[in-house]
Amino acid sequence: MSTAPLTLRADVLVIGGGMAAAWAALAAAEAGAAVIVVDKGAMGTSGVTATGGPGHWFVPPEGRAAALERQVARTQGLAEAAWMERVMDLTWRHLPTIAPWYPFGSDGQGGRYIQGVRGPEYMRALRRMCVGAGIAVLDHHPALELLADGDGAVVGARGLALGSGEDWEIRAGATILATGGCAFRSGLIGSHTQTGDGLLMAAEAGALLSGMEFSISWSLSPAWASTRTLPFTAARFFREDGSELAIPSLKAGHAHYQALGAALLQGTVLADLSAAPAGLPAVLRQIQPLTVAAFERRGIDLFRQRFPVRLFGEGTIRGTGGIALADADCGTGVPGLYAAGDAATRELVAGAISGGGAVNSAWALASGRIAGAAAAHYGAAKGGRAGPARALGKAGLRPRGSARPVATAPLQQTIEHAIHGLDRALWRRASTLAASLHELDEAWRAVADHGLAADPRGRVELRATAAMAATARWCTAAAAERRETRGIAVRTDLPATDPAQARRLLVGGLDKVWTRPAAPALRGLEAVL
Amino acid sequence: MIAALLAERCTGCNACVEQCPTRVFEPGGPGGVPVIAAPDACQTCYLCELACPVDALWVNPDAHDATAPPLADLLASGQVGRVKRDHGWDAPLDAGQLDAYRLLGPLLGEGVEIADRHYHRLIAAR
Repeated sequence: MSTAPLTLRADVLVIGGGMAAAWAALAAAEAGAAVIVVDKGAMGTSGVTATGGPGHWFVPPEGRAAALERQVARTQGLAEAAWMERVMDLTWRHLPTIAPWYPFGSDGQGGRYIQGVRGPEYMRALRRMCVGAGIAVLDHHPALELLADGDGAVVGARGLALGSGEDWEIRAGATILATGGCAFRSGLIGSHTQTGDGLLMAAEAGALLSGMEFSISWSLSPAWASTRTLPFTAARFFREDGSELAIPSLKAGHAHYQALGAALLQGTVLADLSAAPAGLPAVLRQIQPLTVAAFERRGIDLFRQRFPVRLFGEGTIRGTGGIALADADCGTGVPGLYAAGDAATRELVAGAISGGGAVNSAWALASGRIAGAAAAHYGAAKGGRAGPARALGKAGLRPRGSARPVATAPLQQTIEHAIHGLDRALWRRASTLAASLHELDEAWRAVADHGLAADPRGRVELRATAAMAATARWCTAAAAERRETRGIAVRTDLPATDPAQARRLLVGGLDKVWTRPAAPALRGLEAVL
Repeated sequence: MIAALLAERCTGCNACVEQCPTRVFEPGGPGGVPVIAAPDACQTCYLCELACPVDALWVNPDAHDATAPPLADLLASGQVGRVKRDHGWDAPLDAGQLDAYRLLGPLLGEGVEIADRHYHRLIAAR
């Protein structure tokens, strides 16, 4: 990489621009830190929250004990009650603080409805709060790699500015990865920039991943584009010849998607929304205007006309896995490096299940606040020093062998099929996981051995391809290692849940991927390289 | 996919350039109309339509289709600027634009119950 022409310093550097990044930046700024946010996209429109409608786990103090009991029961032994209490507390205290910038609607009883917020308005509010707090927000400034000092502590990052094409380097006392999950370019709305970049950067710095086997989830949408799913929950499904398919409802979890997947592998599946809730058509436009547009602009009356559907993979976004957390501060175990939101493992509150939208959004808010406050404390002491630093990026930036052009599109298709191919993902078993891992290892080597790009967009895209390959390998290796079915990690060849495997799985490694069971407690986790 | 940039409306403010989450647009020069420079990066999220202060953008709902109807048809469709009006994007924060939002969760749940009852009837009948 050439010498970075733009060099900045901060107490805290936040990488990412979604809701976890915003809450992390706000908490760090409130603690007195000088904060810079660098985002691959633009804070306010970046990420799956900006196109979504996140409900939050928003529980008044008197309801917490019961909510905790319900959630612990659902998470299949892998979550921790203490984290749930923190997440509920932080969400309850901080979500209402967006009120001066967000158009809260009525709760129907004379008050405000707070727990569910609409994505575009929510992210617009969070951006305004960040700018108002004096946080420097650098949009379209993707980070490409982390920097470390001689002791291995992370001291900042390097990347480039998409607008000018110029490189940047930011030295920071602490760095927070809030880059979101990885949807493997499935077409899921809002997920184009979520390619696992933060996971790759964390692993290069020595951090571990956890829960990567809980990596697959889906949303149903019209075949021509991913939308929100509100209108579709009551759908009936038909083949093109008019015969009806018997698809178990969403209550059936994996079996619902398996039945749809089996039908989709055979041919076109049409959805029929004529049995939708009677109250829905009148208010859908008020709740999800963009979902209406997806049909209206094609001249389709979505409640009267059948239309083809697809399943869009949600990867680790609604799936649970991510960067392992080594302490109660959302630290990664690497000094100076923190993780929040979908980039971090959500097992601490969601365990083996997805967590659903409400717990997931609360996790993003709360883990952002926790990481931001801790990073401010650590980063203010360290400061953004200008001493010697090593650039940690490897695959996609510094090839191990001869550099040559690497076509990213076919590699991305291979990676997406290995993770989200219906035949692979819905019937995971040892043989198909092994086949996926083999294909993914080849994709990884193609980038790591030879990948080097010259133009700015090409560099970002190559690095994203490396990150997707790495993330897919961790997901697949962990799925192979969990020799049972637990939560959303469903194995067709091992359908029973094994009480002896009620523990988290760590996964790591770049050139060679490995897995091992996590110790029961999260503290004292040693970096294994 | 982003399919139309109405040059006669565009003021060259570059809000779409700045706010697109995938940097699809690039500035078109001083005061000029932005260029759709990276259409393949478009994720059909419609957020550029919310960003545009003069309703000069139109997204084709097909994620792989960058074609747009003739301008007259497009304007007659009522769809240009529609999602921004539906959002109440420029309305005051207390205008009640999200007063129905609390119904999202209950309607999702009601739909699941409807589908579940239907499935069990279907299975019983077979």
